[in-house]
Amino acid sequence: MKKKIVSALMAVSMAAVVMAVPAMADTVKIGVYEPASGDNGAGGKQEVLGMQYAHSMTPTVEIGGVTYDVELDIVDNESSNDKGPSAASKLVSDGVSVVLGSYGSGVSIAASDIFKDGGVPAIGVTCTNPQVTQGNTHYFRICFLDPFQGTVLANFASETFGAKKAYVLTKLGDDYSTGLGFYFTKAFEELGGEVVKGEFPEGNSDFTSYITDAKNEGCDVFFTPTSTEAAANEIEQAAAQGLTIPLLAGDTWDSNVILNAAEGKDVQIYVTTFYQEGGNPEFDEGIKEFINSDSTNLANNGNDDTVAAVSAMGYDAYYTALEALKAAGSTDPAAVNEALWGVTYDGVSGHIEFDQENGDAIRNSAFVKVANTESGAWDFVSEQTISE
Amino acid sequence: MKKQTEAFVSVALIAALLIVLFVLERVIPSTSMLFTVLKKGAIYALVAVSMNLLNGFTGLFSLGQAGFMLVGAYTYGVLTIPVDQRANVYMYYDGGLIQFALHPILAIVIAGIIAGIFAYLIGLPVLRLKSDYLAIATLGFAEIIRAVFQWDKLGPLTNGSNLLRNYPSYKSVLFYFAASGVCIALIVLLINSTYGRAFKAIRDDEVAAEAMGINLAHHKRIAFVVSSFFAGVSGALLAMYQTSIQASMFKSAMTYEILLIVVIGGIGSITGSCISSFLFIILSEWLLRFLDSELVIGGFKVPLLRSGFRKVVFSIIIMIIVLFFRQGIMGTKEFSVRGIYNRITGKGRKAQKGGAADE
Amino acid sequence: MDWLSKNLPYLMAGISVGGQYALIAIGYTMVYGILRLINFAHGDIFMVAGLVMVYASTVMPVYLAIPLVLVVTVVIGFVVERVAYKPLRSAPRMSVMISAIGVSYLLQNLALYVTGGLAQQYPAIPWISDTITVFGVTTKRVTVITPPLVIVLVAALVMLIQKTKIGMAMRAASKDFETSQLMGIRINSVISMTFIIGSFLAAVGSLLFFSNYTGVTPTVGAMPGLKAFVAAVFGGIGSIPGAVIGAFIIGISENIIKGLGWTTFSDAFTFALLIVVLIFKPTGLFGEAANDKV
Repeated sequence: MKKKIVSALMAVSMAAVVMAVPAMADTVKIGVYEPASGDNGAGGKQEVLGMQYAHSMTPTVEIGGVTYDVELDIVDNESSNDKGPSAASKLVSDGVSVVLGSYGSGVSIAASDIFKDGGVPAIGVTCTNPQVTQGNTHYFRICFLDPFQGTVLANFASETFGAKKAYVLTKLGDDYSTGLGFYFTKAFEELGGEVVKGEFPEGNSDFTSYITDAKNEGCDVFFTPTSTEAAANEIEQAAAQGLTIPLLAGDTWDSNVILNAAEGKDVQIYVTTFYQEGGNPEFDEGIKEFINSDSTNLANNGNDDTVAAVSAMGYDAYYTALEALKAAGSTDPAAVNEALWGVTYDGVSGHIEFDQENGDAIRNSAFVKVANTESGAWDFVSEQTISE
Repeated sequence: MKKQTEAFVSVALIAALLIVLFVLERVIPSTSMLFTVLKKGAIYALVAVSMNLLNGFTGLFSLGQAGFMLVGAYTYGVLTIPVDQRANVYMYYDGGLIQFALHPILAIVIAGIIAGIFAYLIGLPVLRLKSDYLAIATLGFAEIIRAVFQWDKLGPLTNGSNLLRNYPSYKSVLFYFAASGVCIALIVLLINSTYGRAFKAIRDDEVAAEAMGINLAHHKRIAFVVSSFFAGVSGALLAMYQTSIQASMFKSAMTYEILLIVVIGGIGSITGSCISSFLFIILSEWLLRFLDSELVIGGFKVPLLRSGFRKVVFSIIIMIIVLFFRQGIMGTKEFSVRGIYNRITGKGRKAQKGGAADE
Repeated sequence: MDWLSKNLPYLMAGISVGGQYALIAIGYTMVYGILRLINFAHGDIFMVAGLVMVYASTVMPVYLAIPLVLVVTVVIGFVVERVAYKPLRSAPRMSVMISAIGVSYLLQNLALYVTGGLAQQYPAIPWISDTITVFGVTTKRVTVITPPLVIVLVAALVMLIQKTKIGMAMRAASKDFETSQLMGIRINSVISMTFIIGSFLAAVGSLLFFSNYTGVTPTVGAMPGLKAFVAAVFGGIGSIPGAVIGAFIIGISENIIKGLGWTTFSDAFTFALLIVVLIFKPTGLFGEAANDKV
């Protein structure tokens, strides 16, 4: 009996393969490779929201004189480098023309070769680690990079707070976290500062000792590029222990998770980010309406309508993909890949144009924001650029 | 049925399977999801069988499999990254310590050997422990190995917390089937040897086995090292399949997953472990994926379907199997040509009940 | 004074987290004592208790939510035992353990589904979540009240086991499962009671733990669960005082390790400690030597 079940299952799976007919005519598929669970689930969902909003605004695209319906093919990479590749294969197997994502650099790097082998180009939305695009011709990216972000943060720490000593807390086994920590440390030491390092393992929720370390060492700033999940715990405990030095973090912390955790507490939190709410009122208004119109969207945005920078980036990524499809004049992934090199687009987060070496967007400014613990919103601090 | 015929049919079946795969690879685009899950299924089959060798055949309850896979995967990655790629991969560690690259096949074997050496060393203290204590100690070692490999100071060797990537890998599904098949065949040979019989004696009754003159420490060590060797090899294959690896993947959750595969297949059945690996991977990573997205049939929105539902359904299936099909798919039986032949011809019904289809 | 205020936080964090591990560890050690089962799902029950509090506190005041959390957690623990472990009473021990892993998998995935994979913020419980200053060290009140609370609960539990009838039945069952059945002890109610006590303490542990460490995620129970289990083994599995002492030792030493700058190995150290203890004293610090029955 059981063997029959087994063979029936096998038969079904075989049939599924055979019947996997190519996509219907006049539909172009854009793959969305984002985490909906795991460490980066919160950020991934907000990024997808931006894409879904853009899709609701512009659900069709004209390619080579024919109007195509755009279909978003969304898979969950579970923020995990071992589940990610099979999610990526699913997209390639579904015959997508281009992939958007992911939030989180590790999973992007992990899936890179799958996309490469499948001949599908990918547009990194907010993965900031340089290794994503380095040494390949199919992975592009529309955001700034960690060497830049780390330098901006180090400059900011030393200029604004006169910081001489920084505590850098990264997550063990997370390349985004250790990478950004590395670039910050490098830049900060070049400015004559001193760095004390700490690492926390996966599944850790007790940050008391790290905060005590920072206090005892007499650090001036606490830099912690981590996922939002760890962030909520860190903020809570920093406040409970009366940590008076500012907390600094990168783009991941630009999330309402942080705002909710910080609200009503005595902490200073500064982040660098891609977009400041209010930068494009029309977009803000539209996406707020989109978020509020649907309970699932609202839940995915953390139950309020704060516009996350990653949503703005997701929005821009979608339009960048459409530009590439138009320029390619075909839904063939190889043609889209070729066309991407020449794509330019003025998005809500700024001008997007790829450099001709790695396919990274040329960006030289980042916004610094501070969490307002009374209003529960981000306040604009400055726009930072670095001269190279 | 004659023994020769049986062997012939078995070989023919394996050849047919490989030919089917060969043809499929030419017919279906190589990016198809089918090949992805088949590759991963083959790798998991090997690691499940290696775990079954310990837990099912020797009665040693070990939960260190993910740790040994990690060792294998890292050994493979570290030894095979092409020299011109090293500066790129080890960008935080000035190109890393090792400045040579080995042939992939050689590296796979070394991956197994290094995992085996780790197992030998770990086995010295922990194999003296009994049942659950052994389980928790091996689990602990797996966690320690993970922390050590992520250690910043070892970065020039292991790349610390960062991914290893850009190493060579075989794309064809045939390679994974062949590599995994050869290894499983070796394990079967071991199980059918005098060593295998000694393992089973230890499993059934340690005290009696010792009284029969079986050297417990020696045999346990062999089972542990061999099992870890193959876990290391499957780690190397997994590295190849994934094209990038990171220590943080090899959590205890991975060991639990493999243990579930072994149990679903039937503790003590090699073919059971193989079948259940494929089912497990195909269902969880592919066929159930539709449960994760909203579905509208004729204007009716199917309730409950949203991100994460796949895993709920999958874990309920697992619970049902664990509770109601305690023997797993195969129990302790094996899927064999003779078993099928007997079933079809109706011969040897009685003998089959006594376990003719077995071993 | 300076030295004290610099080092006291590590010690306080260690004692507090140790106390929380202790409450979880008791559940492990009692179940193991009777069923010889590593209840892998116990850490996830702890997590579910946290989630129940998150959702309960959105619809009702905290003083109602807390008892509700305790009740719901106890019910879940009871149901898990009845559904997933009881049918396997005569099965090999391995099957039961697999079932425990299955339950753990199911609870985590259900939590993932319900929360949508987003970390939930634990509500602040008045009084115990307040910030206070002790010897110049700022911390939450929960840090300070955990150790005495744990001691009171453990004392009550030991009384229960030593003085009451059900306690005697538990002791009998853990000494010899089959004989105690023959002696007329209703083994199923004893086991249920064990799970009820274990889950209750895990729920109390979750109230304390999450008040300090406020992020609740589907996998948040895994690490504390594993460490609590290690604590139980460390102290000698089956022994309640052993589990409590083991938990305090582990909590304190993991924070000392962090304070010494070995942050990479804070978890690894716990396991290393366990292995060392197992090798030199295989039954733990307070465990009874078990004889193999031939």
